[in-house]
Parts: sequence; C-alpha cells; structure tokens
Amino acid sequence: MLIRFAKPSDVKPSEITPRSVYLDRRAFLRTAAVAGAGAMLPLIPGGAQAGEKLSDVAKTPYGQDETLTSMMSVTSYNNFYEFGPDKRDPSRHAGDFKPKPWSVKVDGLCAKPGEVAFDDLISPHKLEERIYRLRCVEAWSMVIPWVGIPLGDVIKRFEPLGDAKFVAFETVMRPDEMIGQQRPLLNWPYVEGLRMDEAMNPLTILGIGMYGEVMPNQNGAPVRLVVPWKYGFKSIKSIVRISFVADQPRATWNEQAPHEYGFYSNVNPDRDHPRWSQRRERRIGELLKRDTLPFNGYAEEVAQLYAGMDLINKDF
Amino acid sequence: MRDHAPRRRPGGTVRLIAKPLVFAACLSPFLWLAWAVGYSPEALGANPVEYAIRYCGDWAMRFLWITLCVSPINELLQAPVVVRFRRMLGLFAFFYAALHLLLYTALDLSFDLGALWEDVVKRRYITVGMLAFVLLVPLAVTSTKGWIRRLGGPRWNRLHKLVYPAAVAVALHYFMMVKADIREPLVYAGILALLLGYRVVTRARRRLQRRRRQAEAAASRA
Repeated sequence: MLIRFAKPSDVKPSEITPRSVYLDRRAFLRTAAVAGAGAMLPLIPGGAQAGEKLSDVAKTPYGQDETLTSMMSVTSYNNFYEFGPDKRDPSRHAGDFKPKPWSVKVDGLCAKPGEVAFDDLISPHKLEERIYRLRCVEAWSMVIPWVGIPLGDVIKRFEPLGDAKFVAFETVMRPDEMIGQQRPLLNWPYVEGLRMDEAMNPLTILGIGMYGEVMPNQNGAPVRLVVPWKYGFKSIKSIVRISFVADQPRATWNEQAPHEYGFYSNVNPDRDHPRWSQRRERRIGELLKRDTLPFNGYAEEVAQLYAGMDLINKDF
Repeated sequence: MRDHAPRRRPGGTVRLIAKPLVFAACLSPFLWLAWAVGYSPEALGANPVEYAIRYCGDWAMRFLWITLCVSPINELLQAPVVVRFRRMLGLFAFFYAALHLLLYTALDLSFDLGALWEDVVKRRYITVGMLAFVLLVPLAVTSTKGWIRRLGGPRWNRLHKLVYPAAVAVALHYFMMVKADIREPLVYAGILALLLGYRVVTRARRRLQRRRRQAEAAASRA
C-alpha cells in the first residue's frame, strides 16, 4: 500500500485555479484569432502559430505531482530583456516578433555542421511534455509544462567531435522586432553555454511549446533551452546558433556581473546571490516563500555531474 | 505679522480644505493598493507580493523627493504656503517606507527577524535601505510641535538635516537593487542631485553675501 504524505511544500488542491479562469478575455480573443489563422496552415511545428495546440505529445512522469503555475502568469511575468527589462515588457512587446520561418546554425567541433530549418531540427524527434520547476535567480519560481525534445538526442545527430567539451548557444539578434535590443541593456546577442555532459543529461530539453501549445513569443519562441536544475537565465531563448566548442563559452549574465552569475549557476540554496539569499523562493501564486532545494529538486539526476567541484566559492 | 491677523485667519482655507485634500491625495496610492489586493489582485501582476513591496518603496521615495521640493518651491516661487504641507508630506514618506519594510519583513521573510538582521549585515543594498529608514525614524518621531519646542528651533533644524543622507541612501538603495536597467534609478538620483545641488548653491551664495556685507560694513567703519 502506498501512503503519500503531503510535503509542506505541496500545493493544496484547493489552491489550484483552473487555467481557464486565468486567461482573460483579451488573451482568449487573441488566442482564438491566432488559432483561426493558424488553422489554415499545415499542422506541423514549423507552420504552427503561438496559441496553436501541438499534437502528438507524449506524456512523461516528470513533475506529475506538481501544481502547474497558471499560464497567465507564465506568459505575463517574464525575464526576456530582448523585449525590455520589466517583467511585463515581453508580453507587451513580443507581438511583432516573427518566430517563423526559423533556422538554427549548428557549427563548431562536429562532423555534421549546417544551417538547419526548424522542422528539420525538431520533426525527427518525438515531442514530450516535461513538467519542470523553473527557479529564477531572483528567488521566484514556477511550474511549467514544457513541450520539447531531449537536447542530447538532437546533439547526437550532429556528431560532435571528442574535443567538443562545451555547447554554446546564441539568441537571435533582431532589434527591429526586439525592442530591448535597441539599447545596450546587455551585451547583445544573448549567449549561454553548457558543459557537454550537462547538455547531454536527459533532463535538458529544447523547448518548442508549453501547456500543449506552441511556444509563445515572450517565452522564447520558437525554440529555447530548458535546464531545470539551473537558474532560469541559463535556459536561453529564441536560439539561432548551437556551437560545439573546446573551451568554456561566454555567457551573457556571467559577463555582466561575474561575481553574481556564475557559468554553472546551478540552483543552490547554500550559495547566496551577493545581493539576496537563495535559501527561499516565492512560487508564483503563493503568498509566502518556500525553501529552495539543491539543484532545484533535481539533485538525484544531476548532482553527480559536479562531484568534487566547489559549487559555492569557485564553480557557482 | 501673525499677531495682527484678523479673527478669521487666512490660513483657515489651508487647514480646513487644502490639507484634507492633500492628505487624501497622499493616501490614495495606499488606498489603491489596498483595493487591488482585495478586489483586483490581477492588477498587481503575477507576483503581487513583489509588486506591493516595490510599490511602497517607490512611493516612499517619491514622497521624500516631494518633501525635498518644498523649500525650493517656497524660495523660488515665493509661495510660503507650501511649507505648511511639509510635515504631512514627510510623514507620508515615512508611512510608505514603514509599509515597504513591513511587507518585506512579513511576506518575504515571514517575520524571521534573524533573516532580516542577516540581510542587513550581509547585503549592502539592504544595509543602505535600512540605514535610510533608521535615519527617517527620529525625523518622524520629532515631527510634532511639542518636539520642536522641546528641542528648540535650531537644534530641531539641525536634526532634520538627516533627511539629506537619508535621501541619498534611498537613491543608492534603489540603484543597487537593479540588475541591468539603471535608467529609472538614474532619473530619481538625478532629481535628487538637483534638489540637493540647489541647496548647496543657495547656501554658498548666502554665505558669500553675508561675507560681502561684513566686508562692506568693515570698510565703512574704517
């Protein structure tokens, strides 16, 4: 017999708000209009529009016991400085962004580099739903049902060479469509990187949607990284380039403030951000803060990647 | 002049009409927040707690800046009536600052005073913010007529000069907590620089005039 005790961190069923309640009328109309337009296009990911349902998505056991954050919150409270520094900016300014057509340049130390169209990148793989916790470095968190594909499976297709120790990612540079890129808020374009074994970890995915729908622009359409055991800024959005490299690549926030944002940036309650504690976090939708878990609760899957490393003073 | 004022003092309009109006205006940001919390939490966005904390901090800063506008307006526009609102404005700055600190302590720290102390000691922007608040406390406490009498005008005036370091600490607190977009903190710091700069300039000019007058007096004596 399985007796399941509610953890103090569990959300009570009474706190769950139906998604439909959160979607306001305007968002619904927008979705309806976009879906209507999308219905005329072929139902493949590359032809899909934001708000359009993704078909044939395999369920996975990840995060089944978690309470989803409302889609309204996930799509209106974003750190995506390309569309402006305020949390509300991306949902306001991402409307003109064109996530298709899209292609990703794969280069560096691999046997099969090339410019890959979005469909060719995604369609060989089975779409999966992964319900992950997202922990922002700013001490708030969400639970998001991503739709995506394991990054490791994608990487294998390009046959990285033995000396490719890291994978570097780059966000698209489109100041005309991304208002935040019109001034030097950050050192554009946004870049991030993972160690090869982090990139190959089964938890790491390329996200192309959420809540069963195509990725909204403000969440990093059409394709973004999702690395659930690291702070949110590591999960780079709107990716146009993936490079296999020998040395640790640049990372935008790390360059902006090296002592505040490390290259690894694993979620770590024992390593304070210099300006605030990382011990606790506010789950969006909750009033008081809850405890932050090491590796955002994914220690079992990833802690071994960092065996013997000093994650507090050196490799934070 | 006061002694010769007529029975119906001209200040009556200020006291009976303008002051309640200004009071209501100063309270309106708080009333809006309370209304939103109760009736329209979606107006506060996905993270209403963070919104409320920052909102109170913003209004504390704005009221402090408005309070610092009183003297320049009085002197530049010859409008001494504004001086009669200074205490109320300053107390509202303190009110929003106290609310800011209270919400932070209650909702971000769950009233864990140990964590608050740790924040104050370890995190510079909170050290600076707390310093600002601590500097404002004696000003709020001594804002009554009784305290002015007890301290005596000059001493009370000297004490209330603490508002300047407090304001600088507030501007710094805001500047230090921002991640990358420093435009807004810079705007507030710029306004404060003007308000403080005005005082430096007028004081220097007054000192110069005094010295010149003394020199002239000495010359005429010679």
